[in-house]
Amino acid sequence: MPGRLKFRHGVHPPELKQLTAGTPIRRMPFPDEIVLPLSQHTGKPAKPIVRVGDRVERGDKIAAEDGFISSPIHASAAGTVEEVGLWPHPAGDYKTAVRIKVEQFSAQAPRPRIIPDWEGLSRDQLVDAVRQAGVVGLGGAAFPTHVKLHPPKDFPVDTILINGAECEPYLTTDHRTMVEYPERVHLGIRIMMKCLGVDRAVIGIEKNKPDAVERLRATLPTDIDVTVQPLRVKYPQGAEKMLIMSLLDREVPSGGLPMHVGVIVQNVASAATIAEVFETGLPLIERIMTVTGLGVRQPANLIVPVGTKTRDLIDACGGMLPDAREVVFGGPMMGTAVADLDAPVMKGTTGVVVLSEREVKPQRSYPCIRCGHCVDACPVFLNPQILGQLAQSERWEEMEEHNLLDCMLCGCCSYTCPSNIPLSQLFSMGKAALRKVKAA
Amino acid sequence: MTTPRFLVTASPHLAERDSTPRIMWHVVLSLVPIVAASIYFFGPSAVLVIVASIAGCLLTEWLFGKRETLLDGSAVITGLLLGLILPAGIPLWMAFVGGVFSIGFGKLIFGGLGQNIFNPALLGRAFLQAAFPVALTTWPVIRENWWQLRGDNFALPLMSPREVDVMTTATPLGLQKFEQTGTELWRLVMGATEGSLGETAGILILLCGGYLALRNYLNWRIPASIFLTVGVLAGLLHFIDPVRYPSALFMLFSGGLMIGAVYMATDMVTSPVTNLGCWIFGFGIGFLVVVIRLWGGLAEGVMYAILLMNAMVPFINRATQPKLFGAQKPEQAKGGA
Repeated sequence: MPGRLKFRHGVHPPELKQLTAGTPIRRMPFPDEIVLPLSQHTGKPAKPIVRVGDRVERGDKIAAEDGFISSPIHASAAGTVEEVGLWPHPAGDYKTAVRIKVEQFSAQAPRPRIIPDWEGLSRDQLVDAVRQAGVVGLGGAAFPTHVKLHPPKDFPVDTILINGAECEPYLTTDHRTMVEYPERVHLGIRIMMKCLGVDRAVIGIEKNKPDAVERLRATLPTDIDVTVQPLRVKYPQGAEKMLIMSLLDREVPSGGLPMHVGVIVQNVASAATIAEVFETGLPLIERIMTVTGLGVRQPANLIVPVGTKTRDLIDACGGMLPDAREVVFGGPMMGTAVADLDAPVMKGTTGVVVLSEREVKPQRSYPCIRCGHCVDACPVFLNPQILGQLAQSERWEEMEEHNLLDCMLCGCCSYTCPSNIPLSQLFSMGKAALRKVKAA
Repeated sequence: MTTPRFLVTASPHLAERDSTPRIMWHVVLSLVPIVAASIYFFGPSAVLVIVASIAGCLLTEWLFGKRETLLDGSAVITGLLLGLILPAGIPLWMAFVGGVFSIGFGKLIFGGLGQNIFNPALLGRAFLQAAFPVALTTWPVIRENWWQLRGDNFALPLMSPREVDVMTTATPLGLQKFEQTGTELWRLVMGATEGSLGETAGILILLCGGYLALRNYLNWRIPASIFLTVGVLAGLLHFIDPVRYPSALFMLFSGGLMIGAVYMATDMVTSPVTNLGCWIFGFGIGFLVVVIRLWGGLAEGVMYAILLMNAMVPFINRATQPKLFGAQKPEQAKGGA
């Protein structure tokens, strides 16, 4: 059944994509040092397999996966391991990372490797190749891709949805990927369809990217069932549940996953990366990301080695302007502000937004006036007004009764609140508190 | 090592440009034309009464509230709205006391902005009506010398007002109810009738409210639901017995229905948070207005209708909670995994 191409509720933040929407992707020069946190995906951190003083080539594995929901990590530049220890992590704390001194004047050529012929591989071999290449979801959550490509047998999947909505303001990573590498996106989709044994795929793209729709349609393969579907521009159109509702009119049950309604959702950049793995044989060691915001001198779309420090990345874009006020990893709606410019970008970093004084939100909040705007905005139909009240008196269990666990922290409620109450922050605290209660 | 000048806040890092004070001041701004109309109709008395009630509100907010809330605009709105629903000839000290009561007992006693159950301005007026029934139901005739005061506005507290040479009469609703005399519709729509300061200019109130609704500063479903309910009920009764019951348009444009539906019932704090709840809330108000006006002992019932429904809001909110996305239907839950 086709979807209605929209979902209910949500908000309309300013798009602000014009800073980089027309800027072609360019490759940034290698920085002097690369920092690879062992925890840059959802699941267990990887285990380091290198020691201080080891020499690594670009593309060598430096940490192995630990368990099924985990992912290996590879060196994104040739050099020498300087340290395996704590380093500022984008999440705000210090986490174990492998620091590599990048070799000067190196061609940064990867070790010669055998590029597997994907058409000759079985499904399991394909999934294994994706796992070994350390591919994770590039849309932000960094969920290991091989896990998604290997769903349990009790939930038959009939459709792959490719997420090209890119509903976060500012970011143009997926947009430029679709415009410049449409064949790669299509090849990635083809490989995923084979992995999953699915014969239908739909690419959903917000209507504010007509050039991406056109390029993907122009390169559409004719032998498989892939369609490109423009979607209404509304935040959070790119949230899995909203995307599935828009494209297929299926409602993912509360607490359930897309596969419970027969769907797997992958980001367009993930699809392109999978294609790249089988085109070049290289693992996921670099990614496309947008560096933007009014606080950076030359906003750009860059191919960035994973593990590049924020400082080096921003320097590659001409540096910051004097009124830069906040540095955000990911989009401004769900991204994380970083305090330390030594924190490296990771596999899941969709962009770095440097917000200027003019763009940051006001810090003062007022009492709730029960206007109901948050209730009207919540795409999963919670009552953020009541949840906010409960959170302020730390009544976590009651919040669970009000379905706190269905909150996906999209931030619509906080965005629309005229009293500037930090609702989604309170909810993420509530979720953390509930996890603690459950673990105890 | 770290550069401390960066802000580190939780997501989302953007916010809509609206803020609570901005909404409040917009409401104040939208009331300006209505205040102007009241001055046009009721002369200097209108200015005096409105200023006195705002003064009562601001002083109470300043004395007992948190100081920073003085300028958030909410006390000004309360004072302004209270002034607009008082008769022009009321002694100023009563308007002032009404303002004190509105903020003190209508808002601060509950814990300040956002915590009150009842619309503060209406509560203030209800208090005045109970305390000074005569002053609150003396309606000066509008067509007089513009510069003349419309009553003894400067009467001393608790003294009987001096006789002022002002003609008084009944409001259109009073005329209809107690003397079975109708009022021409165009006068009702344009506001050229007796009544409280700001309640008469029906068409103006609709325009000002429309502006707020466009900016999403008031939920249009509340006035829509009130108008619909009153219109349908009154129309039906008028159809059954045109002699006894007035027409629907008369019911809509007379008395405080317009200002009540557009400015009082839509007070965000004291109306439901859900859209369905707003429809129910408006339906309840409309129903009560018709019942009180047609069969009650009073000529006007908008104030009590809204206050009664204010008390129902917590129940309405509870009954109209949004339905969770992905909440399974019973038959699915049985078969599902």
